[in-house]
Amino acid sequence: MIDKYERNVIIVALLLSALFIFSLFYAMGARKADVTECLPYDKSYETARVNQIDKSTYQIFYVARMWSFEPAITYIPVGSEVDLFLTSQDVVHGFDIYNKNVNLMGVPGGVAKTTVRFDQPGVYKVVCHEFCGTGHQNMQAEIIVNYPKK
Amino acid sequence: MNVSRYLKNIILAELFVPVLLLTIGIYHGLMQVIYRAGVIHQASVAKLDYYQGLTLHGVINAIVLTTFFAVAFGHATIAFFLKQEPGRKASLLSLLLMVIGTLMAAAAMLSGKASVLYTFYPPLKAHPAFYIGTAMLIVGSWVAYWDWAVIYVRWKRGHREENTPLAVIGTLVNFTIWFVCTLAVAYEVLVLLVPWSLGWTAGVNVMLARTLFWFFGHALVYFWLLPAYIMFYTMLPKLAGGKLYSGTAGRIAFFLFLLFSIPIGVHHQFGEPSIGRGVKLTQSLLTFAVAIPSFITAFTIAASLEHAAWLRGGRGLYSWIWKLPFFRKDVFLFGYLINGLILFIFGGLTGLVNASYSLNNTVHNTSFIPGHFHLTVAGPVFLAILGMSIFLVSQLTGKKIYLPAINTIIPYLWTVGVLIFSAGLMWGGLMGEPRRTNMGLTYLNPASEQYHPYWVISSMLGLAGGGIMFAAGFLYFIVFFGTFFRKRSAASMIDFPVSESLHEEKRIPLFDTFRPWLVVMGFIIFMAYLPAISDALNNTGKKAPPYLPTDPTPIVTKKP
Ligand SMILES: [Cu+2]
Repeated sequence: MIDKYERNVIIVALLLSALFIFSLFYAMGARKADVTECLPYDKSYETARVNQIDKSTYQIFYVARMWSFEPAITYIPVGSEVDLFLTSQDVVHGFDIYNKNVNLMGVPGGVAKTTVRFDQPGVYKVVCHEFCGTGHQNMQAEIIVNYPKK
Repeated sequence: MNVSRYLKNIILAELFVPVLLLTIGIYHGLMQVIYRAGVIHQASVAKLDYYQGLTLHGVINAIVLTTFFAVAFGHATIAFFLKQEPGRKASLLSLLLMVIGTLMAAAAMLSGKASVLYTFYPPLKAHPAFYIGTAMLIVGSWVAYWDWAVIYVRWKRGHREENTPLAVIGTLVNFTIWFVCTLAVAYEVLVLLVPWSLGWTAGVNVMLARTLFWFFGHALVYFWLLPAYIMFYTMLPKLAGGKLYSGTAGRIAFFLFLLFSIPIGVHHQFGEPSIGRGVKLTQSLLTFAVAIPSFITAFTIAASLEHAAWLRGGRGLYSWIWKLPFFRKDVFLFGYLINGLILFIFGGLTGLVNASYSLNNTVHNTSFIPGHFHLTVAGPVFLAILGMSIFLVSQLTGKKIYLPAINTIIPYLWTVGVLIFSAGLMWGGLMGEPRRTNMGLTYLNPASEQYHPYWVISSMLGLAGGGIMFAAGFLYFIVFFGTFFRKRSAASMIDFPVSESLHEEKRIPLFDTFRPWLVVMGFIIFMAYLPAISDALNNTGKKAPPYLPTDPTPIVTKKP
């Protein structure tokens, strides 16, 4: 019914897809690469703050609004693990940390959460990458890792 | 085949209107790369704001042009392959709805009252005419679809033992996908957004609106792509001088699109809150399933082209390629389609990157995304539209093509432009360059505190590629309008190049009937989207009032 070569080609296509799917699970398991968690909304996320849990564990609660992030500048020691929470007070915003695998959407009524480690000192720039009005290109924040010593 | 004057005028109008608007769309494409590369440090040029231009570029190029073309091409394929012209009332009603809707949306965008980009983005609010206009455009295309479905059912009754032509299967599959997925966006627009933008309801559930949008938003891509696939299967082998390697493979590919194009929209929402990781992972995996029909197509078409080249005397493992008719003016459509295929190889592969559950973190909403989708939408989709629109205009008006040598070069010039442009955008995206941002005002303005030097070279590549694309687009307008306004020299007709199958093919009833596929389609969509929508409803804490893009305070609605 189907040509021999055509059948082989379908098998190759299936195997290739299987390889991709395997890589995806490998990244999730071994490299702990995961997407935004699903948290039910709570009004308390709308208060911007930084919490220190212990010596090297932090929580940052970001609130996005047209056209700034709060807290705008955060100081974190090298080697800390940070839980990031993000919500928006007005429209939809984006949240991308340069050189870090962090990429969240700030949606009013929703809470995006991810976890990230900062092992290298430096100034990590955060840009808004979702159109949020005419001031969109001005919207940014900084995470300063061990510099200057606070 | 001869066509009536009536159908001819309908199809010509459906080509002329969007191509005329496309001049605005392409102008704003050029303006964006100029803004983004930091050549100008302004919010607007010639009274047109960057974000307004971005909205015009997206809506005109990606929704207006593609929808009009799909309907025009659908009329032509149904008429040509079923030997039955679409109904007069239905095709006129469809055209009128589409034109009026487009004019309403265009007026809202050009007056600056709808700079919400083509994804609507609640709680940013546009003028109600923008939402109603786009809804009318969509409903207009439904009218054409219903009419074709009736024609097909009637044709089938008289041809029970005959295989439905592949192009007809493709057209009907395409519009079935379109109809089902636009139901979600119609609900979003008519039930959620229009009453809210008129001030009748106070708030909108943003996550629900976004989820409904992406239910439509990814399937939309296949709606753009399938007319190109129809040309790849039914015309490209013939244009190359050969036959289609396997028609059955084409049928399988089209029906797989029916199953998998819709239940994968959540792969646009990996970074969003309120939707569970399980739903995200499931839809990521389903996205790999929809890559399979594209693999099948790539292999089948490659085999067909190799066969054609061998018939022309080509030999060897790869050197047969040079026997294909790349620069022949009489089969200029070949150049448009083959360049589309080449771009689509890169477009498909980068698409798998975006859709991969965790890899998406690196590229989501960066300029990698427009880099990717220009390889697909500005690749096979756009090139097929350009080539076929010139082909149809020349045949329907009975006029010879204006500047045929230029016409043959356009797709190659365009492809070089897209490759440079997309390489720049994707490279920048891997370095975090945001999409949809007027970077000339800040990140690429040395006078700004936010100056990011990392993105200078990548956005310059974007500018270079975009400039070449603009030049190719400009040449296309000259050829298209030049042909349109030439003196007529022949009778009007539609005469598609039709590829025969290489092997004799028996009719397999499963691959020539819609019902079982539609049932499975409904089932998969239901299983994939029920949890996504229930998550969006249950985990979202509050509704959002409308905002204007220019103002950080919400619009307070007063009840009269
Ligand atoms: Cu923002």
